[in-house]
Amino acid sequence: MALTLMKGSEAIAEAAIRAGARFFFGYPITPQTEIPEYMSARMPEVGGCFLQAESEVAAINMVYGAAGTGARVITSSSSPGVSLKQEGISYIAGARLPCLILNVMRGGPGLGSIQASQGDYFQGVKGGGNGDYHLITFAPSSIQEAINLIMIAYEKAEKYRVPVLFLADGIIAQMMEPVEMPEMVEFHVDPEKKPWAATGWKPGDDPAKRAVINSLFINTEDLSAHNDILQATYREIEKNEKQWETYQTEDAEILITAFGTVARVAKSAIDELRAEGVKVGLFRPITVWPFPYEELKAEADRPNVKALLDVECNEGQMLEDVKLALNGTKEVDFFGHCGSQMPTTEEIKCKILAMKEGK
Amino acid sequence: MSVVFEKTSLLTDKQFHYCPGCNHGIIHRLVAEAIDELVKEGKLEAGNVVGVAPVGCSVFAYDYFNCDMFEAAHGRAPAVGTGIKRSKPDTLVFTYQGDGDLASIGTAEVVHAAHRGEKIATIFVNNAIYGMTGGQMAPTTLVGQKTTTSPYGRDEAWCGAPIKMSEMLSQVPGAYYIERCAVNNNANILKTKKAIKKAFQYQLEGKGYCMVEVLSTCPTNWGLSPVEAIKWLEENMIPYYPLGVYKDKGAAEK
Repeated sequence: MALTLMKGSEAIAEAAIRAGARFFFGYPITPQTEIPEYMSARMPEVGGCFLQAESEVAAINMVYGAAGTGARVITSSSSPGVSLKQEGISYIAGARLPCLILNVMRGGPGLGSIQASQGDYFQGVKGGGNGDYHLITFAPSSIQEAINLIMIAYEKAEKYRVPVLFLADGIIAQMMEPVEMPEMVEFHVDPEKKPWAATGWKPGDDPAKRAVINSLFINTEDLSAHNDILQATYREIEKNEKQWETYQTEDAEILITAFGTVARVAKSAIDELRAEGVKVGLFRPITVWPFPYEELKAEADRPNVKALLDVECNEGQMLEDVKLALNGTKEVDFFGHCGSQMPTTEEIKCKILAMKEGK
Repeated sequence: MSVVFEKTSLLTDKQFHYCPGCNHGIIHRLVAEAIDELVKEGKLEAGNVVGVAPVGCSVFAYDYFNCDMFEAAHGRAPAVGTGIKRSKPDTLVFTYQGDGDLASIGTAEVVHAAHRGEKIATIFVNNAIYGMTGGQMAPTTLVGQKTTTSPYGRDEAWCGAPIKMSEMLSQVPGAYYIERCAVNNNANILKTKKAIKKAFQYQLEGKGYCMVEVLSTCPTNWGLSPVEAIKWLEENMIPYYPLGVYKDKGAAEK
């Protein structure tokens, strides 16, 4: 199939449509506004619905409504906007509705910057909204990978009845790359497959089948039982859905951990360092929730690995999961920037060389 | 023997949790009967109804309305209803919201649902107080009215005059039909049912956003008996919140 040069935001939007998304609710915010712009033109072509909401708060609640009817629904935003969506995301997780949420991360806290960042890792994988819940969270490091992950996102969301979050730094949305766009998936709401959805129950039907899209369980026993179901689902996801990539790890003396765009910068640094005889490798989580703890531990346990270096475009958020995975067995160093400044190949190289020299 | 009266099938058999003298029970029944009648008249297919419950005293409305139901976050029912309606345009979608839910935390959602001319209907139950949390001041609380967060009476200079949602929303171009009713006596109960049915009919005709505001009592948090509460509503609420049609584009078009 021919490759097409596409901007990340547009490729992501097109992939979502090809994965069956027919409802988009969103609100403009840099650096992801091209996604709603693309959707506003494309949705009518496929008989879908693009609606610009009055706020991110309203947009995520529109997602709640449409997702509750069984449709494939998507919203996108960037960091401050995703903060506003947290209320709705918690309710969606509580009501066990599948949907797709894109966070094109920019610098923070507050208004921060409009350039790329990875500062919402904690928000994405450690909660964000109230209560005990998780979202399947993908952190793509190329536009093609984002497309491929979007093509499986609804299947995963529907299989587990869990929202799927994309944590993409601004660069993924703003850069252009040659991509292969998959074929359109045929999707129709099947009430048999989604017995929980509001698909037209009427008086006289089995009362147990009436749809009640809800996250309220006022009796503590009921809430506890509901949370048991959620937790059991999360354990299943942890068992089945981890994704990660390793690069040049077999003989690595220093193992870099990084996700998203930063992992690509790290790969360049690894290639240059290896040309100079320095043995460095990369472990890149593709799902940041579920986090591949055991898989990282197994890589780090190789006798040749002397130390780890976590690199992020934040002040060290995934670092906490890396340390949890290692559980004190090996040294974990950190290099990163806030302020939307991507760590550079040169900086990573300098840091690795300093580590090697024991500085 | 012929059946002269039976309970509407649009209400479940679940016992209401509402306090004695609360008007929610009456209003629930009116909404359910209006839907039932539209189905029996062949204007609405059975099963093509979805309701959205709010946060507030009627938070458990999903247990009472015998159709597919959504429980929305506080104030967000019109946004949730928007998502449902856009996905299922042939479905009658109604939101059922109190005054804390709609007139305070949910003002953006209701104004913009009306602004878009969203084809949904809102039943707005205004009892001038937060009921579920135990009687705090609402934006609709009358000046001088004592609540647990306005123990000296609502001070207009400090927290403004009560908000009038029907008047306000009637100014929004996308709003199609806005009426304020009350269920303080039999005549008004019948009028309220007629208004609710009209709002639903307009929606089924694809007209636009409709809201029926229903003035209601809260004997428990007002500290009055049910009979005294009705009297208080008549003497205090109706003068400030006049009953009537605030907007009816359908009547204007005829």
